[in-house]
Amino acid sequence: MLKLFEIVGRRTINWFQLSVDFIRLFIETLYWIFVGPFKGKPIKSKAVFEQMVFMGSNSVIIVFFVIFFTGVVLAMQSAHQLSKMGGTIYVASLVTISICRELGPVLAALVIAGRIGAAITAEIGSMQVNEQLEALDTMAISPVRYLVVPKFISLFFMLPCLTVIGDAAGILGGYVIGVFTLDINPALYMQTALKYLTLKDIYTGLSKPFVFAMIITMVGAFMGIKTRGGAVGVGKATTISVVSSFILIIVADCIVTGVYYFINF
Amino acid sequence: MNKEKKIAISAKNIVKDFGSLRVLNDVTLDIYKGEIFVILGGSGSGKSTLLRIMTGGIPLTSGKVFFGDADLSTASDDEKEKIKRRFGMSFQSSALLDFLTVEENVSLPLTEHTKLDSKVVSIISRMKLNLVGLQGFENYTPSQISGGMKKRVGLARAIAMDPEIVFYDEPTAGLDPVVCAVVDQLILDLTKKLNLTSIVVTHNMESVFRIADRIAFLYKGKLLELGDKNTIRNSSNPIVQQFIKGEIEGPIQINDSD
Repeated sequence: MLKLFEIVGRRTINWFQLSVDFIRLFIETLYWIFVGPFKGKPIKSKAVFEQMVFMGSNSVIIVFFVIFFTGVVLAMQSAHQLSKMGGTIYVASLVTISICRELGPVLAALVIAGRIGAAITAEIGSMQVNEQLEALDTMAISPVRYLVVPKFISLFFMLPCLTVIGDAAGILGGYVIGVFTLDINPALYMQTALKYLTLKDIYTGLSKPFVFAMIITMVGAFMGIKTRGGAVGVGKATTISVVSSFILIIVADCIVTGVYYFINF
Repeated sequence: MNKEKKIAISAKNIVKDFGSLRVLNDVTLDIYKGEIFVILGGSGSGKSTLLRIMTGGIPLTSGKVFFGDADLSTASDDEKEKIKRRFGMSFQSSALLDFLTVEENVSLPLTEHTKLDSKVVSIISRMKLNLVGLQGFENYTPSQISGGMKKRVGLARAIAMDPEIVFYDEPTAGLDPVVCAVVDQLILDLTKKLNLTSIVVTHNMESVFRIADRIAFLYKGKLLELGDKNTIRNSSNPIVQQFIKGEIEGPIQINDSD
């Protein structure tokens, strides 16, 4: 029994320590973004643009296809149910609102967590086990400023852009099914799709990627920095990073949706 | 004789615990300006930990590390940065950034800490690469060069900012005897030509007797012997004798040093 308390106590302390370290890393990142430039340590714009290409441009195709096919599936599934009530036309608005409010931001974030979050952890983790982070620190170069900040800024702006592209892809997926399979008039489809889409749906959906981007970068970087134990350690850290990002994205989605739902912005 | 020399680094009563394990136990030593100081000891003796404490990479449990008058252990972040700019470090794994070329690796501290024009930075980097015999390899990436060359690039990076002190962590580990001799000669040349203070952590005895001005022998986290090459060579301590001769029989048990 005493051992059980000991184990629970130790794990609680470890979790608390990890949370403190995570928050510290987040604060340090914000420091280098907002305070660093005024102390003669500017943001590395070249690195930011390089990351934007890697995180943004190179992710367009995968985000597009994932959300396009989600739109297709959603349209088919909802058509099956709505047709029983003679409301097939509402497939258009159902797909559009679902994609814009929920599925577009979340799926884009999950795809990017898998692609970019894993890459961030693997890169920083490998640098950690190969003493490269220590080398930066010894050269009086902050690894957070040098490595994390460009990734943070880049994904903060790229994920909303990818979400917009994903939203368009999802709506297109629904359109393809609606027009070519359900024989809905194209103009009527678009009219119905946009008729029920409110401004709130759009800003609800577009505010989420900013939160998700912070989660993906910070979890990726944190797990990378915490990596120990060679190649096996990098593998473990990468797995934990992706799984943690997935969970946190869903939790954050729930919280943000809850905020909009209850506070009724 | 030592009283005439100026102290570059002074470590006072260094204690380092990792959990319940005491890795360094009350280590006190002074390193003089312009000398090559070797920290010698077996695996797990605490020598790399001592080096990292001196570079500020690991916080110490108790004790003090002075760079001249500046105390690294109590310095603020800004002060630490100033102190760190006074030294360079060559890592066991070279620790070159994979996504940068050889020249970019060497110029990294210059681009980060100076406002020099990129052309000037490039000239300085090429000069440093020239000093370590790597002219013509500027545009290679670390994955395209050999282990010995990586060590030399790491060395060029360590001296890029014209530091007062250079730390070397196992500079000859994993290198063939000829490349070992080349790296040793480089350490000797750079120390004398650039008037550096060099602190070398190694357990390669050939290297030790080739380059060291003074040697500190660590065993199980304690400073067992401190002196010049002859002091160590003629030490009456059986642990030191077993270590430098590489004998199986003696007070050092395999499990102790492993």
